[in-house]
Amino acid sequence: MSILEESFSSIHKKLHSKEIKVSELVDASYQRIHSVDDKVQAFLTLNEEGARAHAKKLDEALEKEETRGLLFGLPAGIKDNIVTKDLRTTCASQLLDNFDPLYDATVINKLAKAESVTVGKLNMDEFAMGSSNENSSYKATRNPWNTDYVPGGSSGGSAAAVASGEVVFSLGSDTGGSIRQPASYCGVVGLKPTYGRVSRYGLVAFASSLDQIGPITRTVEDNALVLGEIAGYSKQDSTSADVPVPDYLSGLNGDVKGLRIAVPKEYLGEGVSEDVKNAVYEALKVLESQGATWEEVSLPHSEYALSAYYLLASSEASANLARFDGVRYGVRAEDTNNLIDMYKRTRSEGFGEEVKRRIMLGTFALSSGYYDAYYKKALKARTLIKEDFDKIWEKYDVIIGPTAPTTAFKVGEKTDDPLTMYANDILTIPVNLAGVPAISIPCGFSEGLPIGLQMIAKPFAENTIYRAAYAYEQATGYYKEKPQL
Amino acid sequence: MARITQEQVKHVAHLARLSVSEEEAEKLAEELDGIIGFAEKLNELDTEGVEPTTHVLDIHNVLREDVQRPSLKQEEALKNAPDQEDGQVKVPSVLE
Repeated sequence: MSILEESFSSIHKKLHSKEIKVSELVDASYQRIHSVDDKVQAFLTLNEEGARAHAKKLDEALEKEETRGLLFGLPAGIKDNIVTKDLRTTCASQLLDNFDPLYDATVINKLAKAESVTVGKLNMDEFAMGSSNENSSYKATRNPWNTDYVPGGSSGGSAAAVASGEVVFSLGSDTGGSIRQPASYCGVVGLKPTYGRVSRYGLVAFASSLDQIGPITRTVEDNALVLGEIAGYSKQDSTSADVPVPDYLSGLNGDVKGLRIAVPKEYLGEGVSEDVKNAVYEALKVLESQGATWEEVSLPHSEYALSAYYLLASSEASANLARFDGVRYGVRAEDTNNLIDMYKRTRSEGFGEEVKRRIMLGTFALSSGYYDAYYKKALKARTLIKEDFDKIWEKYDVIIGPTAPTTAFKVGEKTDDPLTMYANDILTIPVNLAGVPAISIPCGFSEGLPIGLQMIAKPFAENTIYRAAYAYEQATGYYKEKPQL
Repeated sequence: MARITQEQVKHVAHLARLSVSEEEAEKLAEELDGIIGFAEKLNELDTEGVEPTTHVLDIHNVLREDVQRPSLKQEEALKNAPDQEDGQVKVPSVLE
């Protein structure tokens, strides 16, 4: 087994006992990238020189001082919508093809303090709009389990890089399922934290009332470790929550006795394939045998989530993406007549089709005469969806269902109709609208492709999620399966 | 009747500072009409008396003392600017 497929604690034992060096770990990461990324296509930009220099410094630091950061030496990949100082950040858009950020995002500063090593920037759907990575303007990342299939999206590069053993963890962002759905398709662990749990300073904004940054890892324990390092209030993000960060490892003891699970019937209805349903019911049996109890419940407004989401997310995106005007940064269109012409041509040439479609939808929904009928109506629907969740927390600790209605689909299969593509997110979107935390963990395979189990808890109850996810993971061991590349 | 006409598409595109060709306007009108049609599912909901939710957290505006803080150096601020002259960002003419 490659060192990159081991758990953080096992890697750390080897680093501290001097069995390996950080430099060798980083070498192993680049070797893996150079041998498989032709097939997986997860990376947009590599940071080879920077990462090797950083690794050398960390090796020297360990010589002097035994106590190191909790993510010491671990090779990490970062979704390309999180800004990294002097390391190209494109959001997978041609408009930002030449963009070198002037500062590091808060999460990048926090990772630096925890001493992980950034090996490169990961592919995504352009500006995080998409569910398959096919909306990247550079290339389509492939699913490591079967490269004819998509890895999911929009954090497809982040999930594929971890699944294929190129890095030991990655950061993604999740607006409507963009961490959990690719984690599900790629058979890894992806957490969308509570809205406000992680600072978004330096995350290129898509839909500001929904976006969250979160970790993608191979195991639940590793995931909890990364979240503990990136969570917390920051002055630079006034929507980050001033809530203490607990010890996320404390609940990882395999004990779920008395855990009350709610299973929404709407999450196992029509449109969810049989193999996925069966895997979820099997998972419930496992948790039941460990002492948890489950009951069927209803989240009656689930069916309205997708409509509300596309109106709200697109409206917010239309405002957020107004900044890409070719003035202070970005690729400006050439030979334009005047300022308005420059704006229009820069944006039309720089943005891809899906991004333009959503800007148009959002601008329409916010425009005079339509605001009340569409935008405001969607905000009210959001209240009803959130209240559905609030009622559940009165009686239950965690909601369990599938992460996605099916396993990964084939590249090119759903690109023709935007609505077909949007339907992949039907089980993840309500979570963003309600602002609650949720995880996707592997719960089996169907025809060689991973199935993901989604666990949702009340705001700031990531600990409950990790406790349940860890107990299930340890009892089943799906994380031990590796794709053959 | 189509909910979104090509004329509307052109108007919205102008608001969003996007240029669309006749062909694109036709395609976008059709696609947006489909998405809006789907979004109109929300009309089934009775939202009388329901408060809109813009943010899920109970958050408030955060104010800080109005004191000077270091900001970007001119050279840094211009680092990514596509066109510049004499230490300033340059754009095409604003007035005809």
